[in-house]
Amino acid sequence: MIYQGKQKIWADYQKEIPDNHWFYVRSCIRQNFFPASEKYFLTICRDMLGRDIYETEHHTTCAGIAYHCDTIPQETAMTVVARQFALMTEAGYDSLVTSCITSFGNYTEILETWREFPELEAKIREQLWKACRREFEKPKYLAHASDLMYKLRGEIAERAQYRLVSRATGEPLRVVEHIGCHYSKMFPHKGVGGAEYPCVLSGMAEAWGGQVIDYPERRHCCGYGFRQYHVKANRGYSLSNTHKKFESMEPFHPDLILTNCPGCPYFLDRWQYVIAEMEGKTYGQNGYGIPALTYEELAGLVLGVDPWDLGLQVHQVAIEPLLDKIGIDYDPARKYLGMNEKKIKTPGLPTTLKCC
Amino acid sequence: MGKLYDLLSRDYRFKEGLKTCINCGTCTAICPAAEFYKYDPRKILDTVQRKDEAEIEALLKSDTIWYCGECMSCVTRCPRGNAAGLVIMSLRNLSAQLGYFTCSEKGRQLWPLTKMLTGNILHTGYCVHPSTFNPDDHPESGPVSRWVIENKDEVFGRLGANYQGKGPGALRRIPQEDLDELQAIFDVTGGSERIAAVEDASRRKAAEMGMDFDEYTKYTFEHCSPGHFNNE
Ligand code: SF4
Ligand code: SF4
Repeated sequence: MIYQGKQKIWADYQKEIPDNHWFYVRSCIRQNFFPASEKYFLTICRDMLGRDIYETEHHTTCAGIAYHCDTIPQETAMTVVARQFALMTEAGYDSLVTSCITSFGNYTEILETWREFPELEAKIREQLWKACRREFEKPKYLAHASDLMYKLRGEIAERAQYRLVSRATGEPLRVVEHIGCHYSKMFPHKGVGGAEYPCVLSGMAEAWGGQVIDYPERRHCCGYGFRQYHVKANRGYSLSNTHKKFESMEPFHPDLILTNCPGCPYFLDRWQYVIAEMEGKTYGQNGYGIPALTYEELAGLVLGVDPWDLGLQVHQVAIEPLLDKIGIDYDPARKYLGMNEKKIKTPGLPTTLKCC
Repeated sequence: MGKLYDLLSRDYRFKEGLKTCINCGTCTAICPAAEFYKYDPRKILDTVQRKDEAEIEALLKSDTIWYCGECMSCVTRCPRGNAAGLVIMSLRNLSAQLGYFTCSEKGRQLWPLTKMLTGNILHTGYCVHPSTFNPDDHPESGPVSRWVIENKDEVFGRLGANYQGKGPGALRRIPQEDLDELQAIFDVTGGSERIAAVEDASRRKAAEMGMDFDEYTKYTFEHCSPGHFNNE
């Protein structure tokens, strides 16, 4: 009885993720800052693991950042999302996967609000028709891209060329993760593991050989805060929150930070640079930072993809110490090449944070 | 019921976000904004549920409602199923609608945000776009971001993006017909009206502060007066 009761409780934390046939929508932030992660999401799911993921050029931003910066009314945000649903319906899909946590939270909030207030859904349908002459079905399944990678983690592990293990000691790498607030804090039952036991990232890290390390501020916000980052005058908010997380994870000596959200890997990377430049403090070993990776970057490394094809050169924290720890081959001379191996000017170097 | 409370009650975020607050302060304990700013979501929910029009008006004109980061950490923890973050969104929405946002420094930041984000959406189809990302406005983005922006075609090409290209892919040029649809959505749903209202109120405030509008836009984006932080 007790066992069955526990199974029932745990069932609340599971999420049904269909295995195939997804309509894909991109993330504004990730396209700007981690475009190779999106490319490898498609390469891994489609080309390596044979899944059908459809993308149309006609989709746009979900307007989630503008919505959470309070610059557009709720009905505008809802109608932009309704248009994405219409594109999905027109393409013949009923499962939508989004590359962005802000979008995922936004879509979830919209579907839940419509469930509670059907008259609002009816109004949005009318407005979409008036503006675009489009109609839509709501997605049967809504997933964040990491949900899908989590689902495929075993297949990725089967094809792995490297494991998240130290070449020198044979010990598992120490992974800390950051889930991103809008993944499951608002609607816990929509994320794998809910808000209490989110295992979407830890499940991947463990499947690929790493050891997940708990740290006190694991669930604290990265500090994006929308207007608190986008307005220059407010950015100390963002920095202070991320600083709190670094201070909390530092005593556990993580080898890498695994992230879920579009903004989080950017903040967890760039604020290490800022703290190093402002205060001379670095969080990795020997003057380096702790690399903060997207789940596609980590999956790509495990699968043996060239680090520079994965875009690891556009992080400010150097990735090379992590590559050396795992024993991944790379060519330092190719790090900052342009297209078709073209030599272009290389970036400037930080004054304090050590880079390769 | 007072006029402001009545207006708030029409907002679906308000309907969803405010049931009955028992003033326990759990939201404040978990809130990252409360740790940083002189900010207390518990007090905001309490003020609103008391339905005191004068206090609600003061709130709509204050810096207070602009301190929240909309992380929604409070939603998971409230023992009464309230969502302080959603109530804040409804207050900000009303403040924008009535032009009250220009009464506070943090509220006035709504104009540079509106200009940047809705400008990007309607002109490019993205909330953020490399063509409008200025590394000088983002010193924290580091030398590597400057390198990316100064070598956009090469670096985005190297990383497998389809920068400004046709067809699908990261950073593709979103076809004009789709941008036209976004514009139509903004026109039909009140988005365009909101942009115009925020701009009008901001222009009036700029004149009142004796600044030309470009100067006002830059000033509101960059200026931070003392007094906002807990450690001051
Ligand atoms: S946690 Fe909920 S009940 Fe407690 S003060 Fe905050 S809003 Fe009110
Ligand atoms: S949504 Fe706002 S009020 Fe709620 S925890 Fe986040 S910053 Fe605080």
